[in-house]
Amino acid sequence: MIARGLAVWLVWASGALAQGFAELGTDAKGFALPDPGHVFSFPEDHGAHPAFRIEWWYVTATLEGADGTPYGIQWTLFRSALAPEERAGWESPQIWLGHAGMTTPDRHFVAERLSRGGVGTAGVRAAPFEAWIDTWEMTGLDEGLSALRLRAEGAEFGYELALDAEGPLVFHGVDGYSVKSPEGQASHYYSQPFYRVEGKLMLPEGPVAVTGIGWLDREWSSQPLAADQSGWDWFSLSFETGEKLMAFRLRDDGQGFRSGTWIAPDGETAILGDGDIVVTPEDVTDIDWRTVPTGWRLEIPGRDLSVEVAAVNPMSWMATSIPYWEGPVVVTGSHHGRGYLEMTGY
Amino acid sequence: MSRAVLAAFRSHWRGHPGQLVTLLLGLALATALWSAVQAINAEARASYDAATALLEPEDRPTLAAKDGRAIPIETYVALRRAGWSVSAVLDGRARLGAARVTVMGVDMLTTPALPPDLTEYGEEIAPVDLFSPPGIVFVGPETADRIGADLEGPTLRVSEAVPEGVALMDIAVAARILETPGALSRLFVLPDQVLDRVELVAIAPDLEEVAGPLHNDADTGRLTDSFHLNLTAFGLLSFGVGLFIVNGTIGLAYEQRRPMLRTLRALGVPLRRLAGLLAVELTVLAIVAGLLGIGLGYLVAAFLLPDVAATLRGLYGAEVSGSLQLRPGWVAAGLGMTLVGTAVASVQSFWRLANLPVLSATAPRGWARAAARTARWQMMAGLGLVALGALAIALFDGLLAGFAFLGGLLMGSALLLPPILNGVLRFAERRAKGPMAEWVWADMRAQVPGLSLALMALLLAMAANIGVGTMVSSFRLTFTGWLDQRLASDLYISTEGADETAEVRRFLAPRVAGIVPIRSAETEIAGRPARIYGVVDDAIYRENWPLLAAEAGAWDRIVSGRAVLINEQLHRQNGIAVGAEVALAPGWVLPVVGVYSDYGNPHGQAIVGLEALLAVFPGIPDRQLGVRLAEGVDRAALEADLRAEVDLLPEAVVDQSDIKAVSLEVFDKTFLVTGAFNVLTLAVAGFAMFTALLTLWTMRLPQVAPVWALGQTRRDLARLDLVRSLSLAGLTFSVSVPLGLALAWALLAVVNVEAFGWRLPMFLFPLDWLRLGLLALLAGGLAAAIPARRLMHVAPARLLRVFADDR
Repeated sequence: MIARGLAVWLVWASGALAQGFAELGTDAKGFALPDPGHVFSFPEDHGAHPAFRIEWWYVTATLEGADGTPYGIQWTLFRSALAPEERAGWESPQIWLGHAGMTTPDRHFVAERLSRGGVGTAGVRAAPFEAWIDTWEMTGLDEGLSALRLRAEGAEFGYELALDAEGPLVFHGVDGYSVKSPEGQASHYYSQPFYRVEGKLMLPEGPVAVTGIGWLDREWSSQPLAADQSGWDWFSLSFETGEKLMAFRLRDDGQGFRSGTWIAPDGETAILGDGDIVVTPEDVTDIDWRTVPTGWRLEIPGRDLSVEVAAVNPMSWMATSIPYWEGPVVVTGSHHGRGYLEMTGY
Repeated sequence: MSRAVLAAFRSHWRGHPGQLVTLLLGLALATALWSAVQAINAEARASYDAATALLEPEDRPTLAAKDGRAIPIETYVALRRAGWSVSAVLDGRARLGAARVTVMGVDMLTTPALPPDLTEYGEEIAPVDLFSPPGIVFVGPETADRIGADLEGPTLRVSEAVPEGVALMDIAVAARILETPGALSRLFVLPDQVLDRVELVAIAPDLEEVAGPLHNDADTGRLTDSFHLNLTAFGLLSFGVGLFIVNGTIGLAYEQRRPMLRTLRALGVPLRRLAGLLAVELTVLAIVAGLLGIGLGYLVAAFLLPDVAATLRGLYGAEVSGSLQLRPGWVAAGLGMTLVGTAVASVQSFWRLANLPVLSATAPRGWARAAARTARWQMMAGLGLVALGALAIALFDGLLAGFAFLGGLLMGSALLLPPILNGVLRFAERRAKGPMAEWVWADMRAQVPGLSLALMALLLAMAANIGVGTMVSSFRLTFTGWLDQRLASDLYISTEGADETAEVRRFLAPRVAGIVPIRSAETEIAGRPARIYGVVDDAIYRENWPLLAAEAGAWDRIVSGRAVLINEQLHRQNGIAVGAEVALAPGWVLPVVGVYSDYGNPHGQAIVGLEALLAVFPGIPDRQLGVRLAEGVDRAALEADLRAEVDLLPEAVVDQSDIKAVSLEVFDKTFLVTGAFNVLTLAVAGFAMFTALLTLWTMRLPQVAPVWALGQTRRDLARLDLVRSLSLAGLTFSVSVPLGLALAWALLAVVNVEAFGWRLPMFLFPLDWLRLGLLALLAGGLAAAIPARRLMHVAPARLLRVFADDR
């Protein structure tokens, strides 16, 4: 427990996630800052950017068993740099943190992994692509991120999935430069939202074959939030029309800051600005001594979109060293579909 | 009625404050010795426990290499990637500033082994500073002091949570300090493991899962245990001696108050009530004296603990905090022993009280006759105890058998003392001519039962003094001679690497008589940690190395790599003899051609040819040289020239005489504790004799009065008393010499071999005995002086009253 506490303190002080983001509002000491002029270059940009303070490889998938039971999985590798460089061996200042989640309508499984960089227990290689921490792996089977094998396990669960991209990479903001606050905090942010997913989940009672759709996010920055921002609500939704939506709201003392991307079935994107999105919490759930909104109304008047977003399992609480809510959702209303919801800072 | 009785008790003490002080002091002294030893042992145990809890917690499963070697970092990565949730540990010994410490490097991110209080730095330490050069090192306050101010490299952080002697740091910093970047010592298995991890044997067949402490610490534990057993044995001896004083003082308190007790009984106080009140009074006094004794013991322990800590560090590599804490364990044990001791010691007094004739006296002579009846029984018991001790050592090996022998010998001899004295005195009585001489011997014999406990205490204290003194002096003589042989080089030079060593060699070769490399590898021999030194062919070894046993041509076979020399510890404790074969590393077995003495080393050691060693351990650093100078060379000038040529660290060149001085200092500190307890025990025994004689004095008036009435002057009688006391002390001393020598033999040949693994030749120091003999006479004389003085000035009326009063 003590070590866990220290681990939290390390990640906290380096500012990986959630509430600790307030600290990231300070000037980045020696860390590289996101550059609006950055031109993505692949496969290098699929790999790690040790000069930036924080980075993640984030996969969510909404899945279905043969009997129609909805499931969801999350696979995340965070990189948190204590110093803006990489060094070989134990002296590496790069810390790696893995989160895995698996959700059924009535259960939610969580596992966490923590590792030093430099020695080989965790890391990301750009080509051929591989991201790993201990036994958890996201391995490229083809060029870039177009086909992946994904596995993770905890004490009570595990999954092994094959992901096949049926569309192009999508860049958020202006050419992947995603602004997070009126003051201009930003990150480099791109996604692969077009995965078809197939594989099996290991539940305590045995394996279950599943199929579904998946979404990968890649993001890195050194100061993603403004000083007064306390957390975010983030949606990644896939509609039956083939269109997709990424939308987030960063909460602050006032109205908050909204942004998003409308993705056409062929991967064409349109930027959604602060005024284009309306999100309203409607249902709340009490978890872990907090109250978390697990039912939302989401409106994008410009696209004639007005939907209800409801959690498949409202208790999808990631009880990791820095806890947050993350789980599959069902979309009803003007558009029908499914997706993932992430909420931090509650 | 009780109140009146208690008031009578109180008024007696008020009238005789000296008696009260004697009683309290006697009890307190006995408790003090015992609790000092207990306090030291408790503090050491607590220090070990803290270190073990941090380094090798018993309840934490750990993976370690089966052959005790380092684990490659690749194995760690392979294990984690196969589902094993493990946290890496790299530890070893290294010099930090001015101190050698146990470096404990843990992966600060995942380790389960951080002391809870360490997070007190949570706010001010940036995590990046823990990992990155120069790094942060956590140490206890005393270790920080020893490391000193000029530590180059890592930042020192002082934390009470880190056991003394341990430097806790991130594994990155440890790898840099230990210069082993790719190696790990062991892996902690973390509590949360995944569903389907691969079997250990499939990934790392060289590793095994061990629970609890590893071999090497267990070994240190066994050694330190023997040291503490030593101390405890000394503590028990002191307490035994202390019991004699308690017995003496309580007997004295009873005798002094006999008239009062008789009066109280005559006034109608029931025996049961009187005994109960006396018991209450004794309990209260025992508690007061016990607390006083615990305070005294605390002072003694606090004074001695730094030296004990230095001893344990120097001799065993075990760390003990030098500051003493009041722990409930030993406080309770000390108080408990006082109460039990008081109860045991007061049985006799209560028995006398129960049989106290209200109106008539029981003369001391009567008691003496009763004592004579028990003499035969006592002699049998004494002989039996000595025989049992001898049997223990004949049948069993080990330290406990050694102590059983010592215990049997000491207690048996103590029991035999009164019969022996009786026999000697009876013999003298028969030879005596004239009534006066006969009376003197007979009176002396009558005194023996009353004095026997004090004399036994004196015997034990003196025998312990002779035995321990002989052991320490023999050891020191051997050790000094051994140091001269072992440190045959004149200068010892350390460098920072092979290149610098080569430079030093190039410079010195034409200027000195000889240069030998000092290179060694750590390994495990016969299941215990050991170091193997590789030597080149040089006269320095052939002529000087202190061999205890060797085959012909041993050195030729050593330097050619065909044989091995082992140290005495491996020979005696692991039973490896000359001619046997010993495995030095997996697949490397050599015949043993000799055994050498290696004092002050807790571990095994071996010597082989350097080439043979390098063939098995190619990575051994080449950083130390021994240099023999030619006659008449100016050392300072040579060192200055060397330093001008090669950029050596300030402490790189060490003179042989400095090493000797440090070694002897460690040695002397080791036995300072023993010496201190020795002196204290002797002082306690002297006090016992004093109280016993004081007790006897009141009882002796009826014996002396008739002789006075027959015409002997009081001065003559006092002189005779003094002579009697001196003779008894002298007789006891002459018994203590053979007993002390037997004790010394047991310590040197049995206890040392078991505790340290070396056997020492015994030397005799008659001058020391002479000094002790004079001291015994002085103690006897001083103890008799006050009673004799009283006798000289006793009022004739009081002597006359002996005939008038029916006591």
